[in-house]
Amino acid sequence: MYRYILKRLLMLIPVLLGVAFLIFAIMDVAAGDPVYSVAGADATPEQIEVLREKMGLNGSLIERYIRYIGNLLRGDLGTSYISKLDVMKVYLQRLPNTLKLATLTMIVAVGMAIPLGITAAVHQNSIRDTTSMVLALIGLSMPNFWLGLLLILFFSLRLGWFPTGGSEGFRSIVLPAITVGTSLAALLTRTTRSSMLDVLRQDYLRTARAKGVSERNVIQKHALRNALIPIITIFGVQFSNVLGGSVLAETVFAWPGVGRLVVDAIDQRDIPTVTGALVMTTMLVTIVNLLVDLVYAFVDPRIKAQYTK
Amino acid sequence: MTNQEANEIILNIRNLKVRYETQDGIVKAVNGVDLTLRKKRTLGLVGETGAGKTTTALAIMRLVPNPPGVVECDKLEIGGQDILSLPEHKLEHVRGNDVSMIFQDPMTALNPVFTVGDQIAESLEIHEHLSVKDAKERAGDMLELVGIPRERANEYPHQFSGGMKQRVVIAIALACNPQLLLADEPTTALDVTIQAQVLELMNELKEKYDTSMIMITHDLGCVAEVCDEVAVMYAGRIVEEGTLEDVFNRTMHPYTEGLFNSLPNIKDRKAKLKPIKGLMPDPTNLPVGCSFAPRCNYATDACLIAQPQLRSISQTHRIACTAYDNPEFHIERRIL
Repeated sequence: MYRYILKRLLMLIPVLLGVAFLIFAIMDVAAGDPVYSVAGADATPEQIEVLREKMGLNGSLIERYIRYIGNLLRGDLGTSYISKLDVMKVYLQRLPNTLKLATLTMIVAVGMAIPLGITAAVHQNSIRDTTSMVLALIGLSMPNFWLGLLLILFFSLRLGWFPTGGSEGFRSIVLPAITVGTSLAALLTRTTRSSMLDVLRQDYLRTARAKGVSERNVIQKHALRNALIPIITIFGVQFSNVLGGSVLAETVFAWPGVGRLVVDAIDQRDIPTVTGALVMTTMLVTIVNLLVDLVYAFVDPRIKAQYTK
Repeated sequence: MTNQEANEIILNIRNLKVRYETQDGIVKAVNGVDLTLRKKRTLGLVGETGAGKTTTALAIMRLVPNPPGVVECDKLEIGGQDILSLPEHKLEHVRGNDVSMIFQDPMTALNPVFTVGDQIAESLEIHEHLSVKDAKERAGDMLELVGIPRERANEYPHQFSGGMKQRVVIAIALACNPQLLLADEPTTALDVTIQAQVLELMNELKEKYDTSMIMITHDLGCVAEVCDEVAVMYAGRIVEEGTLEDVFNRTMHPYTEGLFNSLPNIKDRKAKLKPIKGLMPDPTNLPVGCSFAPRCNYATDACLIAQPQLRSISQTHRIACTAYDNPEFHIERRIL
């Protein structure tokens, strides 16, 4: 098991190198020459060359990439063109906000999806099933920003329960978490339902009932544990996504997370910030993936047996 | 019936009917079954696939899934306790405690994410209110009882072979020492050498714990091995029942004869098998007359008119066959 974890951690290295190169190459093609935008219109060619060297933009793509990786290994993501701030510092400033929002979002999503999905599966084709599925469809089709605005209108402006935006205390995180969580819950509900439907037909639940296990425990203990693998898979993908930032919700609620950082940086052609934030996000996503795989092993002993082989 | 005899009766079923209401029609799985089983006795419930054997057992456990299953019954008593009127939470006390079931396919009957020890311990925790530690200890004892070293209690079902899994399933069923054990084709999924071991094990355990048992099977050899009484089921009805000797040596029903004729004879390897022609009637559309008549070599017009009722031939032996209205009638098969 430990060997497996070590192997997976070592695999992080080529993945990160590859992703960094991709981001580097794309930004090189897409961004135009940032030296001009920094230097301004009346800079002389000599000034531009000096500035290019200072910004670390001299040399071929490969040369710059190798230089970047060297800095990255020392934890240096470079300096923002616009704010002249250390990218790592800015990113780490934003990261707690994103982590907070992502965690609460997933709690909201799971809190809605698991009970709804189980109810739908246990009472398949009943009114409860239909209701759950219609709710899931609405959650899936409703645009994030629109739901966000509706929540602001009702809970912030009319009832005044939560602030309309910003990141002051726990109350300001509730509405963005509900906004993003609802749309994620939709897919998670459907996954829970179909996975549970699959498991509910299994013979071992009949064995459990024949032992005298209460129906509640048959569902919550025997069935749910077996239905978890696909649910965890979707959960992992969604969690990775929100770790990259939920741009729309962050914009609507003026939430200072990683998503807005990246989008603003792209707008301003702030290449070090874009590259740095994306590389860090990649690292987080890879770690989440590893954790998901480890949770699989915890949930299902057959998967654990494969890892140890 | 004297009082003492009545006390000995473990299972008493009168007029059990089970139907599955599906979109394609009403499947009449069990159509009026009476069963009586006395203490320490083993009844073999024999018949082809689809005869309603498993459904009968599930109905006794009150485990027929509803929907689509609908169970109707005049009387269903286990150890004198009326099972029909029990609410769900009381049924949970009966299942696994007074009556338990060994399922057909050991490959799918165990929950893959719990250790076998936990799965055995679970019923002990529920019914005997043992602590987790004591239940685990007893689960280890149960494993040893069925011939598995207790150290393996912490392993998962996928680490066991088919025969071992069936032993675990048996250990689960016997954990709380039930009065009545329903064994649904416990050896069908196993290869022959393991079959013999498992049957021997069940015989031993039955003796040891004074358990009554219903053995559901289509394997007549298995019946001969463990059963005291036999009931032959066809299309949801019992067509012949009696002691093992009655049914095996004094066979009277044409269907039972057909079952025996379908067995290969090891002494006469050149003899052709005589399988029963045709298939079991569609349970959504059962014939008015005898369900077996369309496949029966002896069928007359009288067989097609009305459903034959069980009649007593001797004190223990009963059959449902119209042909015996003619006192001259006998089947080909003779006492071996």
